[in-house]
Amino acid sequence: MFDLKVLSGSPSGFWLRFFSLCLLLLVWGVVAAIADSSLLPGPWAVAVNMVAHLREGDIVYHTGITLARVAVAFVVSMIIGTVIGICMGHSKTMDTFFDGWLVLGLNIPALVIIILCYIWFGLTEVAVIVAVAINKIPLVVVMVREGARAVDRELLQVAQVYRLSRTKTLFKTYLPQLYPYLMAAARSGLSLIWKIVLVVELLGRSNGVGFQLHSFFQFFDIASILAYTLAFVGVILFFEMAVLRPLEVRLTRWRL
Amino acid sequence: MTLDVHIRAKTYPSRTPGKDHTAIAGIDFSVPEGQFTCIVGPSGCGKTTLLNIVSGLEQEVDGTVSLSGRPTDEAHLGYMFQTPRLMPWLSVLENVRLVMDGGENGEKGDEDLARRLLEEMDLGDVMDAFPSRLSGGMMRRVALARAFVVKPRLLLMDEPFISLDEPVAKRLRKLLLAIWNERPTTVLFITHDLNEALFLADRILFMSPSPGRIVHDYTVPLARPRAKLASDDIRNLRQNLLKEHPDLLTGLIGVEEEERRESDRRHLASGKETG
Repeated sequence: MFDLKVLSGSPSGFWLRFFSLCLLLLVWGVVAAIADSSLLPGPWAVAVNMVAHLREGDIVYHTGITLARVAVAFVVSMIIGTVIGICMGHSKTMDTFFDGWLVLGLNIPALVIIILCYIWFGLTEVAVIVAVAINKIPLVVVMVREGARAVDRELLQVAQVYRLSRTKTLFKTYLPQLYPYLMAAARSGLSLIWKIVLVVELLGRSNGVGFQLHSFFQFFDIASILAYTLAFVGVILFFEMAVLRPLEVRLTRWRL
Repeated sequence: MTLDVHIRAKTYPSRTPGKDHTAIAGIDFSVPEGQFTCIVGPSGCGKTTLLNIVSGLEQEVDGTVSLSGRPTDEAHLGYMFQTPRLMPWLSVLENVRLVMDGGENGEKGDEDLARRLLEEMDLGDVMDAFPSRLSGGMMRRVALARAFVVKPRLLLMDEPFISLDEPVAKRLRKLLLAIWNERPTTVLFITHDLNEALFLADRILFMSPSPGRIVHDYTVPLARPRAKLASDDIRNLRQNLLKEHPDLLTGLIGVEEEERRESDRRHLASGKETG
């Protein structure tokens, strides 16, 4: 009973999470105080630094740029990955044909794709989106393919027998079966994409969080690095809590 | 709305070439408008295949199926499967509404009809619940409402009350008859339970074991409304029927006759040749 409460995010669960985060901050603060080095600023120093960046506005600007890249890359890879995944899940021929490509795509290091995209497409936004999408699409394909294979054909027969329109068949009988797989792909995808976007920015863009981290690294400005990191993680966590989690609950509320 | 079924054969390709599996070997019958016809046969005789052909789910077949001269894939059909097959992510009401104005004819569905049907089925309180909350009998009732909400010109039922315990099945059969009485339509009902068929149907078509064919066409001589499944009338009918055609439920009589005729013909032919 107690376990369930904690997991379901009831008040006791909330306080447990809160306490655990406070403990983490405390440990960080104590270690920073003992080390007493500019290479490990404490939580307070980082907070002050973050406020300064917020006042100047640079943190908002660069975080915004990075978020826009994450958003575009995310949407592009989800759409393309879903279409390919559905095709591979339903057609044995397609599955066999593209399987080799998929294994290749899953195993090429992200860094190689990023470098090649910059070389082939120049230091452009297109290169950024293509590089991130190529990294992410194979993972979406793998998950969606699994979902497409598990689709219940008996329910599709209901749509066929009652002569449902194509749109209705797609949105009311087919896609709902894929939602759990799409949600899993979206959540794992988001965390992967924003990490890759930072690397892409570090290597070849003149704005964005990745670019800023690169500059701070050259000046050994550890407080700013931590401030930017925490700010960006905060934004992603907020998106996860405010959008993805409620969406998942809504889409899977029929599962009791 | 006469339903005409002429199937010469339905075969499924098998892995060993040249040895295709024959599911149905020649089925010919017509069902006049408004008739409740049961198809009775042993399991695996091709009953479900027959229904899938009639509904248009199974397209590759040597034969034709038509409803008043038009192919059934243009018609409003109601179909109750062996399992309820409700969309688990839609509420009870949404499940019933899902199939309304789904046809290409663009007919606007009657919003109230779904509610009214569900209320008639005693499901007024659970319209907004998800199917996973319902009992097996309730899910069948939702599926029944869904089948009638399209105002079907042909209602197909594939052993819909199987795997329910008898009291629930009994209640559902009564409900089916009541709603069919109010909204008459042509019904094709598959079962392997002769009592159920005698209770429900105007007419019973008996199928042989695989490959399926119709071996007996029987009109049920009982007036409606009928008392209940376990009545003396039905017991007597059943006994008489089995006495007259002892092999009916294994479906052997027709086939034997057919074979005898076949061999007679062969004898005659060979006799002519030698003579």
